[in-house]
Amino acid sequence: MKIERLIKMANDIGDFFNAESNKEIAAEGVTKHILRSWDPRMRRDIIAYCRQDGAGLSELVKTAISRLERV
Amino acid sequence: MSINKEQDFGTPASTSAQLVTLEIDGFKVTAPAGTSIMRAAASIGIDIPKLCATDSIEPFGSCRLCVVQIEGGRGMPASCTTPVSEGLKVVTQNQKLADVRRGIMELYISDHPLDCLTCSANGDCELQDMAGAVGLREVRYNPVETHLNAVKDESNPYFSFDPSKCIVCSRCVRACEETQGTFALTIDSRGFDSKVSPSQNQAFMDSECVSCGACVQACPTATLMEKSVIDNGQPEHAIITTCAYCGVGCSFRAEMKGEQVVRMAPHKDGKANHGHSCVKGRFAFGYATHKDRITKPMIRASIKDAWQEVSWEEAINHAASELKRIQAKYGKDSIGGITSSRCTNEEVYIMQKLIRAGFGNNNVDTCARVCHSPTGYGLKQTFGESSGTQDFDSVMKADVIMVIGANPTDGHPVFGSFMKKRLREGAKLIIVDPREIDLVRNSPHVHADFHLKLRPGTNVALINALAHVIVTEQLMDEAFVNERCDVFSFAKWETFIAQEHNSPEATESITGVAAADVRAAARLYATAGNSAIYYGLGVTEHSQGSTSVIGIANLAMATGNLGRVGVGVNPLRGQNNVQGSCDMGSFPHEFPGYRHVSDPATHQLFENAWQAELSSEPGLRIPNMFDAALDKSFMGLYCEGEDIAQSDPDIQHVHSALRSMECVIVQDLFLNETAKFAHVFFPGSSFLEKNGTFTNAERRISPVRKVMSPLAGYQDWEVTQKLANAMGYPMNYSHPSEIMAEIASLTPTFAGVSYEKIDQLGSIQWPCYDEASAGTPIMHEQSFMRDNGKGLFMLTEYVATHERTSRKFPLILTTGRILSQYNVGAQTRRTDNVAWHSEDRLEIHPHDAEDRGLKTGDWVGIQSRAGETVLRALISERVQPGVVYTTFHFPESGANVITTDNSDWATNCPEYKVTAVQVSKVSQHSEWQENYQAFTETQLDLLEQGINNG
Repeated sequence: MKIERLIKMANDIGDFFNAESNKEIAAEGVTKHILRSWDPRMRRDIIAYCRQDGAGLSELVKTAISRLERV
Repeated sequence: MSINKEQDFGTPASTSAQLVTLEIDGFKVTAPAGTSIMRAAASIGIDIPKLCATDSIEPFGSCRLCVVQIEGGRGMPASCTTPVSEGLKVVTQNQKLADVRRGIMELYISDHPLDCLTCSANGDCELQDMAGAVGLREVRYNPVETHLNAVKDESNPYFSFDPSKCIVCSRCVRACEETQGTFALTIDSRGFDSKVSPSQNQAFMDSECVSCGACVQACPTATLMEKSVIDNGQPEHAIITTCAYCGVGCSFRAEMKGEQVVRMAPHKDGKANHGHSCVKGRFAFGYATHKDRITKPMIRASIKDAWQEVSWEEAINHAASELKRIQAKYGKDSIGGITSSRCTNEEVYIMQKLIRAGFGNNNVDTCARVCHSPTGYGLKQTFGESSGTQDFDSVMKADVIMVIGANPTDGHPVFGSFMKKRLREGAKLIIVDPREIDLVRNSPHVHADFHLKLRPGTNVALINALAHVIVTEQLMDEAFVNERCDVFSFAKWETFIAQEHNSPEATESITGVAAADVRAAARLYATAGNSAIYYGLGVTEHSQGSTSVIGIANLAMATGNLGRVGVGVNPLRGQNNVQGSCDMGSFPHEFPGYRHVSDPATHQLFENAWQAELSSEPGLRIPNMFDAALDKSFMGLYCEGEDIAQSDPDIQHVHSALRSMECVIVQDLFLNETAKFAHVFFPGSSFLEKNGTFTNAERRISPVRKVMSPLAGYQDWEVTQKLANAMGYPMNYSHPSEIMAEIASLTPTFAGVSYEKIDQLGSIQWPCYDEASAGTPIMHEQSFMRDNGKGLFMLTEYVATHERTSRKFPLILTTGRILSQYNVGAQTRRTDNVAWHSEDRLEIHPHDAEDRGLKTGDWVGIQSRAGETVLRALISERVQPGVVYTTFHFPESGANVITTDNSDWATNCPEYKVTAVQVSKVSQHSEWQENYQAFTETQLDLLEQGINNG
């Protein structure tokens, strides 16, 4: 899948959960949202991208995606 | 079957709880206080003659045909305007009354054509009936002047106005006022010269008339008559069914001659529409038999090939074989399907079942993705259920109505009329919209108390500002919050929303709305008593669509405007079955009833019921399908009733994705835009040709009944079932009622729903948990539907859209609908509704037009970062400077050539409502439009070759 699009989608999700001041809870929100709504091939691609360097992903999203790997 | 005329009680029902008993013609009758004598008599089968009275409008007392005598009373009062009272003794028939009535009828008939045998109302004429009822045998007058030569007005494509037959009873005028709320008709002049006048003595088509048909319905003679009845004569039987247009889901009597629809008459007992209709539902049904209908299955190897007409068996087997081939080559997850809100619940259900159980993946999505998916998400998170909270009738108890990003008089016209009625009764109105919709306009009848004319894309900032006022000025309903909501989440939200950056003063520079107006509107909403929010795609189709929905839910919870009549959060669904298609599990992450595919208990339930191994992973959403197609991981699509090649954003991207797929199967009435990219075409059946149910915006499940045979031989659900069997997944339903029984057995909120109950009650609003339940008009009355029963507040930080204006793209384009056309226009463009709207135009403010040297009618190029198209300009102050607006009903307009791939963060609902553009005067179509025209001509040639070879 086109990675630019996935980065944008992930960051948009992060922007919503970023309103939460507790960043643990915010990251958990992003992880759960992606897990429950993204097709596995999209998850695979964003995880792989995040593993490389994750450029363009917000810090919150990077944290959330790294947790996604462990789910 | 018979025509089964609906009884006319003469005057509306009284809602009083107090009962009074009286005697009419010696019979005791008990009726609610406020009931007219006419209605009380009709309730026990005594029909008092009448002409100016009908039970859809208030009594008028002008014809005097309904006079009665009351023991101990003076004179002969009109029974339509005289209310019942305790102990009255009423006489409806005696010689004196008969003489008066005969005299009245004699006067009427002295100025009425005596062409009953050739009159279009013959067999359905109240004047004729009354002449018979009063025993009129002669007309002694020989008038020197009559209206018999009055000229007909044939300007409306659907009905004719013949003033020579008018008895000036004012039923049409009152229906236009009371039922529709347009006030287009009046009685012009006085005495003998009195006549019905559209606007200022204009032709109907030149007047303010919106062609809802209420006047035609009310007319007791042939003065206002459907042209379809004039052409075909009176219908001989009627079948009650549900409209296939907007989310109001009006109930109609399909009045038939054999298998031909003569007239669609709004059904008086329809609980969504109460006997009212709009121009689409009542008149625009001709598409169902339009010459463009394709009635034979077709296949082709490539979109460059001519279509080949084949048998159903060959088409089904070919489609199944192609889908299996693609799965073998690219993997199990390489195919999927898209359902439509134009499909019935049963069709959607078996489509998603086929994909989950037959295809073995969850790649099923529905067109709600591009409209109300944020509603599903936002309301599920906060209230625990993905639906609106009220029935439509609830608006009649609202003290304040807030309309956000919706245009009810155009998009949901029948509900718009109810809303206007309530506003005329004194309810206050707050409009939140970048554009001046009809409800805003100052008129003697309806006007907005506040029009918060915000900049497109700033809904969340504005909703937060409203909430900020409510919180900081202590206007909350703390008792409701403490008792009904999650107090931990509330405390967090309260702190967040009280922050200065959410104040009206701080957000004014973002939204463009004066802080004082926001404060006043917030106070009005919070303190009025019953406040109700109605919203539409102007809320959802944004990059923060879900956040806006959550913000609206927060507002309603904070002020306690939930759980009773007159309040609530009400998404106005665009299409007839948006709610139903979502309920039926056509989202890639949810089984029917909004249960996640990974939930172990639900997963097991469906695996057992469907006897198949199901995936517990979410599938692809529609936009993800396009991306995956270009990535060569999604290569086969079954698309029923949806026209993604016109309706989805960044359309050139969509077209590229469709071109890259190896098998696109389209099931539709017409060779729509998507079918031009298809390899298999299954001819679909219109709503008139099938059985099933639709669920409207108020969760009302209503029957769709077959009134004619499917033109292509099969109902749509039968085609899907055949494809399932060909794919090797057995389905053996013999009637949609069996599908509904399966839905009910697997979905707790539908557990008490059955065709028997729908037949008995007319319709049912879910949740309906058991056989004894008659449904749920108002949700969350005692507790919310979340696991702990408490409403959840969520934080709604405003985040600006990625779509920004710049020197190159200085204007914001936003989109919307118009009354006479419906969505992609596939239906309404094939009706006489084009008389009102034959092309999409670009509305532009006079200042922006002047800067560009534009005048109305000029061709203008509209360029965005995604593409360019050309429309004609319409200079209008409805839009604010810096904002342009268009509708999207015509494919050649290419509105979605310019929309972008920005989408809602939670659901990927496209951001149709905000596109940065530049507008300039041009002299020719855009390159895309030229290519589109050439491609369309080629595809129509390939279709014609197929038909000629077939």
